[in-house]
Amino acid sequence: MSSQERTWKTIESGPHTYEEALHPVVRKNYGKWKYHEIPKPGVLKHVAESGDTIWTVRAGTPRQDTIDKVRQLCDVADKYSDGFLRFTVRNNVEFLTPNGENVEPMIAELESLGFPVGGTGMCVSAVSHTQGWLHCDIPATDASGVVKSMMDTVYNEFKDMQMPNKVRLSTSCCSINCGGQADIAVVVKHTRPPRINHEHLVKTCELPKAVARCPVAAIRPTVVDGKKSLMVDEAKCICCGACFGACPAMEINHPEHSKFAVWVGGKNSNARSKPSTMSLVAHNLPNNPPRWPEVTEVVGRILTAYKAGGRPWERIGEWINRIGWKRFFEETGLQFDDNMIDSYRHARTTFNQSAHIRF
Amino acid sequence: MEGANDSAVKESCHCGGCNSSGNGKFLNETPMLDQLESGPWPSFISGFKELAERTQKPMLRGVLDQLEYSYNTKMGYWKGGLVTVDGYGAGIITRYSMIKDKFPEAAEFHTMRIQPAPGLHYNTAMLRELCDTWEKYGSGIITLHGQTGDIMLQGIEQDKVQECFDELNQKGWDLGGAGAGMRTGVSCIGQARCDNACYDNLKLHLDALKYFSGRVHRPEWNYKLKFKFSGCPNDCTNAIMRSDLAVIGTWRDAIAIDHDEVKAWIAEKGVDALVNNVINHCPTKAITLKEGGIQIDTGDCVRCMHCINAMSKALSPGKEKGIALLMGGKNTLKVGVNMGSLIVPFMKMETDEDREAFLELIEEIIDWWDDAGLDHERIGETIERVGLKQFLDGVGIEYDINQISRPRDNPYFKAKY
Ligand code: HEM
Ligand code: HEM
Ligand code: SF4
Ligand code: SF4
Ligand code: SF4
Ligand code: SF4
Repeated sequence: MSSQERTWKTIESGPHTYEEALHPVVRKNYGKWKYHEIPKPGVLKHVAESGDTIWTVRAGTPRQDTIDKVRQLCDVADKYSDGFLRFTVRNNVEFLTPNGENVEPMIAELESLGFPVGGTGMCVSAVSHTQGWLHCDIPATDASGVVKSMMDTVYNEFKDMQMPNKVRLSTSCCSINCGGQADIAVVVKHTRPPRINHEHLVKTCELPKAVARCPVAAIRPTVVDGKKSLMVDEAKCICCGACFGACPAMEINHPEHSKFAVWVGGKNSNARSKPSTMSLVAHNLPNNPPRWPEVTEVVGRILTAYKAGGRPWERIGEWINRIGWKRFFEETGLQFDDNMIDSYRHARTTFNQSAHIRF
Repeated sequence: MEGANDSAVKESCHCGGCNSSGNGKFLNETPMLDQLESGPWPSFISGFKELAERTQKPMLRGVLDQLEYSYNTKMGYWKGGLVTVDGYGAGIITRYSMIKDKFPEAAEFHTMRIQPAPGLHYNTAMLRELCDTWEKYGSGIITLHGQTGDIMLQGIEQDKVQECFDELNQKGWDLGGAGAGMRTGVSCIGQARCDNACYDNLKLHLDALKYFSGRVHRPEWNYKLKFKFSGCPNDCTNAIMRSDLAVIGTWRDAIAIDHDEVKAWIAEKGVDALVNNVINHCPTKAITLKEGGIQIDTGDCVRCMHCINAMSKALSPGKEKGIALLMGGKNTLKVGVNMGSLIVPFMKMETDEDREAFLELIEEIIDWWDDAGLDHERIGETIERVGLKQFLDGVGIEYDINQISRPRDNPYFKAKY
């Protein structure tokens, strides 16, 4: 390496500064915005106390971008929004301009470049997702491919605003669930305990770390061929995959036995109901690249039922709270099964501790 | 460099000499991945392929080949390692191929986590500079943005990492967090555009992450610690669920009502909409119909944001604004999902002194966690293990009824006698 030839002395500057990245109209009205409207899907109009207006055009991106794509977005920004752009936490790109007349040509240009304009208001927005086979060291599936397949099927729902409320999707390629809690989440679920690669384990594993990682104390020390190793009590193991993160010899990933599960009702916002975690509504779906049709089918069913039955402003979890889980399963055609009865810590908080019953 | 890679390809690549194969194209066949090029949503595979054909970077070909292989075998093939830049212990996510004999061009595919500006704001000059440097040293694949909040520059070889970092650092970019340290922060758009934002989250984010910079780059705690900064309780950054330190804008006084705009809203949408879509959705029944308009009982309002979302022109957060701090949000591993819980219900956040006071509080919280926490234990898990009361006493934070949703329902405690 070339450390002795280095002439640059590192500046531990932290985040990039933002002032120069804000449009002058944004800088002028910073903290003094009065209200906003959504004149049409993909477009926001914010009005400041000063009377200034800023228009935002929002478009979907693949998230997994390239410098060429980013330069295309920069070209759009140079042309229509004075060289300023930003991204949302759900990987949509936004262009802010005080010139209302730029909105339509910008939409046309983004669409012609293949970036769908939408993602505002009561829509199905882009998926918050993870790395997968492209880059993570523990994934059971790809994330960008699942997302692409899913977004192809909800393209129209992204572009218009016909849902009862916002729908947030996420996908994750292991049970750590980097994608997070969402209205609908697609998450890997292993169905079989890890196979232990003893030869590998002896070389790479800090045994106590792997033992300590297991949430149900299913990992025990053992001796294999005269060497210290580990064993898994398969009756106890809940197939969480936590040990694999600590020790790559605890091989949890499997082409057939690592499946998909679908979860619903996660909500991060405090609006109306408190933030809520998700519930399991489908599992044992195959990991079926490159298009994962079984997964997108389940997501489609849930969206269809919610779109038909949700009332204005009800998020998916709130809709289910009103109609009940029984009707949720009936209307989506999904199958409730015994694995959906919680058996982990605090399970009792998910039991019906009342005589409220639905028939 | 590229010459060396080319000869390695010819000797050992699975397709028997990529450059001469197929129809004269740079890339090998990837029939599985190609199926992700159809359909209306923008395709990351098309993006990768276009980039590869233009730049002819062998690493891109290797990565596509390995990804195609993963799609066939349904297994992943990256393993971690340790690559850093001078003086740092984190920020580069190391990836070596486990099957580099098959795909030597993808033998190394490290990621640089780069901290973006708070709120993910860019001007095109910044972004173009970033792209130019990345084209020079790396693959050209870039994620905007990772779930960590970083720009992820994906695909660089170890021997180019330092030079690439130096060039980026000269342009104002720094590495993000990884491992058991402070992680990259995330902010919503905040006061830059949002009429709901109750504090300057971009400024607080910048100050906080600069303050903790050393601990972003040299992780030495029990486990990771993440900040997320949302301007209001809509929590667009998912801070409560996804961060150890969720800084949520809120206000203390009454919601500001513009009664003329309320009337205009009703004239446009009708009383049915007002009752069904606003009043009935208030979680605490704080809103009542009054004389053809609305009245909000501030004592009942929990500042959930719903009515303000529904009537943006007529209603806005009050004047006495600040932040609430929630702590302990984390996902599944390993005790199950935990939402953050409220620790500090209100702090003013207007001046530099306010921000300094906030950072001092965070320092004390971290000191406590450093002592009380166990290895690989997130701060919310530590608090749950030792008790919220013990945590509050340990750090010296006042008890507040807002920290709980109700008083305890069991008698198992020891009071002073
Ligand atoms: C090499 C030695 C040991 C290892 C690696 C070990 C590891 C573990 C692990 C990983 C857990 C689960 C912790 C959790 O639920 O988060 C556990 C629980 C437990 N261990 Fe051990 N342990 C060891 C020795 C012992 C000994 C010697 C005893 C008793 C004499 C013991 C008693 C317990 C008990 C009672 C629990 C359950 C605690 C609870 O449910 O709250 N362990 N152990
Ligand atoms: C000879 C010894 C004991 C006798 C005869 C006895 C008898 C009883 C009786 C008759 C009840 C009422 C049951 C009911 O609700 O119908 C009861 C309840 C209870 N006893 Fe005991 N008990 C004895 C020892 C203990 C001990 C040693 C403990 C605790 C260490 C204990 C803890 C309790 C508790 C917690 C309840 C309330 C249970 C509930 O409400 O669900 N008892 N006992
Ligand atoms: S969800 Fe799991 S496999 Fe996917 S990126 Fe996160 S840690 Fe890696
Ligand atoms: S998969 Fe989970 S439950 Fe099973 S041994 Fe590993 S850590 Fe324990
Ligand atoms: S969290 Fe609140 S302030 Fe921030 S963007 Fe969302 S609505 Fe606006
Ligand atoms: S902010 Fe929420 S709790 Fe307060 S009045 Fe409005 S709807 Fe009700």
